[in-house]
Amino acid sequence: MGLDFSVIPKYLDIVLLGALWTIAITLGAAIVSFFGGILLAVIALYAHPVVRWPFRAFSFLFLGTPLLLQLFLIYFGLVQIGIDVPAFVAGVIGLGLHFAVYNSELFQTSILAVDKGQIEAARTLGLSRMQALRKVVVPQAVRDVIPPIGNNMIALLKDSALVSVIGVSELTLSAQRAIGSTYRPFEFYVLVAAIYYIINLGMEAVLRRVERRIQASK
Amino acid sequence: MNAQKPFIDIRHAKKSFGTLEVLKDINLQVDRGQIVAIIGPSGSGKSTLLRAINDLDPLSGGEIWLEDKQINMDLPHRQYERHINEVRQEIGMVFQHFNLFPHLKVRENVTLAPKMLKGLSDAEANALAEEQLTKVGMIERIDYYPSQLSGGQKQRVAIARALAMKPKVMLFDEATSALDPELVEEVNLVMKQLAEEHMTMIIVTHEMGFAESVCDRVLFMDQGVVVEEGPPEVIFRNPKSERTQNFLRKHLAGNQA
Repeated sequence: MGLDFSVIPKYLDIVLLGALWTIAITLGAAIVSFFGGILLAVIALYAHPVVRWPFRAFSFLFLGTPLLLQLFLIYFGLVQIGIDVPAFVAGVIGLGLHFAVYNSELFQTSILAVDKGQIEAARTLGLSRMQALRKVVVPQAVRDVIPPIGNNMIALLKDSALVSVIGVSELTLSAQRAIGSTYRPFEFYVLVAAIYYIINLGMEAVLRRVERRIQASK
Repeated sequence: MNAQKPFIDIRHAKKSFGTLEVLKDINLQVDRGQIVAIIGPSGSGKSTLLRAINDLDPLSGGEIWLEDKQINMDLPHRQYERHINEVRQEIGMVFQHFNLFPHLKVRENVTLAPKMLKGLSDAEANALAEEQLTKVGMIERIDYYPSQLSGGQKQRVAIARALAMKPKVMLFDEATSALDPELVEEVNLVMKQLAEEHMTMIIVTHEMGFAESVCDRVLFMDQGVVVEEGPPEVIFRNPKSERTQNFLRKHLAGNQA
């Protein structure tokens, strides 16, 4: 049996709809991971030990266990204790928190790299520590860490394929469904790979723009 | 006995880092409108003393008062934070390395604290920024980023940023030490202007000429103690202590070399 790409147009709408879900889930998880990462970094660096240690334990848990397992736990596990999360939301939260932990490591480094004189200047004006962090330190830290965060977001896009296992009809699962009715795995997997790649190119273009704008303000 | 309390009153200030005593029982009273220069070799404790005034480097012992308020009060952490944030609003500080906020434009550097802490509207804060930046001669650069400014310009913006909080006293921590020589004068001019407006100022400096022409009093510090203090003409022309004489001689020799 040779290759036959002519089956694709019939299923293209399903696959493209899957691509939209992939973009939506990536975007949602990216936002969670970005702000969650900042929050975790600030907690790791500045919070009272009583707050810091549970969060640190949480971080180790997310770093030290497979993302796949975390998704299973959030989607299938939480139902048992009465928390019924829709698959899409479970995917966004699972991916988002997982990458928030990675981002937090980057934010911590860049927060510590902000010159100590910055927080001193803010504090001498009368800002509280939190105000100084929010308005002076974190914005500078974020600015410095955009390129590596961007790399994490590209990894996030690729890992979003994992949420297919909890039944979110994203790109990978849509391909599997199309394959299920056509028995054409090669054709559809190649197509889907190409679509991931194109989304990635789009993300990189956006990142480059953001980086350029940051450079301009430096 | 002087019935009137001094504006700033530092009593028995002590500070140690581990076993190293950097401030040994310092006493300093500053009246409203007075301009005091603190000179001395590096490591003499002069910057530490200045930074103790707004609690950037908290004292290990002693008291610091601003009018009728004790700055380094003994309070539970939370209350102390609230207290010190209020106190710091009344004390402007200018740093050797400017410490402008690089991610904010000149305007926002000046408006940030008044907007956050005094609840000024955008319009009010802008008017305030324009007023202060005009005063330091930086109004044309209001929409620049700090990275686009020279050192002298940065320091003038830093002064405007501190003045925007309408402080009762201004602290200068070697404000011109990091500047190229040709940029020192523009910052000195702004400081002189403040002196003419009778702003209370404590100035840690290496510039003896400036200290002599602007200050009412000069303190010479060495190894954590005030060795000698008096009017500038006495300290610079006729110092009593041998340590002061040696320091000034070395300093002048260094400047000519």
